[in-house]
Amino acid sequence: MSRSLILHLGLIAVLFALNFVLPPYAHGNIARVMTLAVYAIGYNIAFGYTGLLSLGHAMFFAAGMYGAGLLLRFTDMGALPAYAAGLAAGGALALAVGLLALRTAGVSFMIVTLMFSQAVYLAILYFGEWTRGDEGFVIASADRMIAGVDLAAPQARYLVAWGLFSVALMFLLWLVRRPSGRVFVAIRENEDRARLLGYDTFRLKLLSLVISGVISAASGAAYAILFGYAGASFAGVQYSIFPMLWVLLGGAGTVIGPFLGTLFMFYLIDLSSGLTDAYMLIAGVALIGLTLFAPQGIAGEIRRRFWKDLP
Amino acid sequence: MSTILSTRGLSRSFAGLRAVHEVDFDLPQGEIRALIGPNGAGKTTFVSMLIGRLPPSSGQISFDGRDVTRLSAPERVRLGMAYTFQITSVFSRLSAHENVALAARRRLGTDAAAVEAEVAGALERTGLSGRGGEVAEDLSYGHQRLLEIAMGLAQRPRLMILDEPTQGLAESEIESFKALIRDLARETTILLIEHNMAVVMALAQRITVLNFGEVLAEGTPEEIHANPEVQAAYLGTGGADV
Repeated sequence: MSRSLILHLGLIAVLFALNFVLPPYAHGNIARVMTLAVYAIGYNIAFGYTGLLSLGHAMFFAAGMYGAGLLLRFTDMGALPAYAAGLAAGGALALAVGLLALRTAGVSFMIVTLMFSQAVYLAILYFGEWTRGDEGFVIASADRMIAGVDLAAPQARYLVAWGLFSVALMFLLWLVRRPSGRVFVAIRENEDRARLLGYDTFRLKLLSLVISGVISAASGAAYAILFGYAGASFAGVQYSIFPMLWVLLGGAGTVIGPFLGTLFMFYLIDLSSGLTDAYMLIAGVALIGLTLFAPQGIAGEIRRRFWKDLP
Repeated sequence: MSTILSTRGLSRSFAGLRAVHEVDFDLPQGEIRALIGPNGAGKTTFVSMLIGRLPPSSGQISFDGRDVTRLSAPERVRLGMAYTFQITSVFSRLSAHENVALAARRRLGTDAAAVEAEVAGALERTGLSGRGGEVAEDLSYGHQRLLEIAMGLAQRPRLMILDEPTQGLAESEIESFKALIRDLARETTILLIEHNMAVVMALAQRITVLNFGEVLAEGTPEEIHANPEVQAAYLGTGGADV
């Protein structure tokens, strides 16, 4: 077994073991971090591996959250089919947005994705009759059952978040070693060269964005079902910035980085808000420090110093 | 011998400036052809249209009997054209091995063993064996040029367009480069855009001279060498005076 496989399976094993030892508050936090880390993993595929700097990923997270949440609110279809519908909504939105936005690159791509995401956000507010806008809606605990298991219960919630995170992490590890994953990196490094090696880079970028959108939606739908709430703030600009920060802090273009960044940022805010109301100040200083001393993020720095082949 | 590449009336203007004008060009299969001309003659514009990086203003390009004028660059590469950049363009943060593997994988897909064999072969032929693990940007300039050619080799192209491949190489490196191109010519057609006349004269079977975007002359190295119009174009005195 390779070192990297040991590392990633080891992380999964540690997180599983923590289920049995963590005190209740931390237990809930880690469940949340694992769910959001899936979002960061999705973002990392587009940004970290393919070089697509999107400022609008909240629309994919929200597509999953509302795709699943609205169905649970208005139908009796059950959590699992609603979850699948959330994923499909994220994939379809990523395909539609990608077909248009990928005609641009660089700064234009950032602006176009930001605009699309704002359109989704405003649509959620506009259809407030169903979505209840900013206020959002609670998903009844009766709707948060899969095969008789109550996902609102801490144990079940933790284990489902853990399962989802494990699948996303191992999928990413598998993807980046595949030929298509390696071409994503080639596009990030030098798209013109990749084209002249015969790769249809538009289609590959679209593929990357759709995979990224589906995984982001998987996180959003899981968030709705596990934590029982869907609200428009999850579609706002800050939820497009968060995964970028998580990925940059953890290490863009690394498999383990998104989790490390999400965990770091979550606890940075959690701990500093216990000290002062100006917790964003502490968070900001920590971010500046990391940018200065580890510009490639935590896992990027580990790769640079100790582990050249860290995937 | 059949013609692998031809153009008819190929033109490209930039804001009224005729960079390439009505070029008819035929390249027989298996030949080493050099494309030369003074600076600004339109060589790079011409080959950029051949590979599909630049759309022509008018005219037609066929490759292997097929009209490729409207095909994208990746589509042309998949038909068997390969292009190495004038300014070194490798994946600078990836290893030399991965650079060549990316070139091989497009053709060989998920067959890892075949990709490995292809990469080993291409590195071997370009003298880069043993450097596969090095990050491309850490290689010397000459080795990066060779890496470009190794990436071309791994694609097993039927036409290889080399845009000023010896630019910036040392004399000793140029000698081994010439040997490599002769070796390569046994399996593919080569179009060589080159400034170094010694390299052109030593390698090319035929030479096409571009001047002011038009074909000034075409012939064997001896014919071109003796052609007064070509000499005039290079000396800048204008053909009419000679």
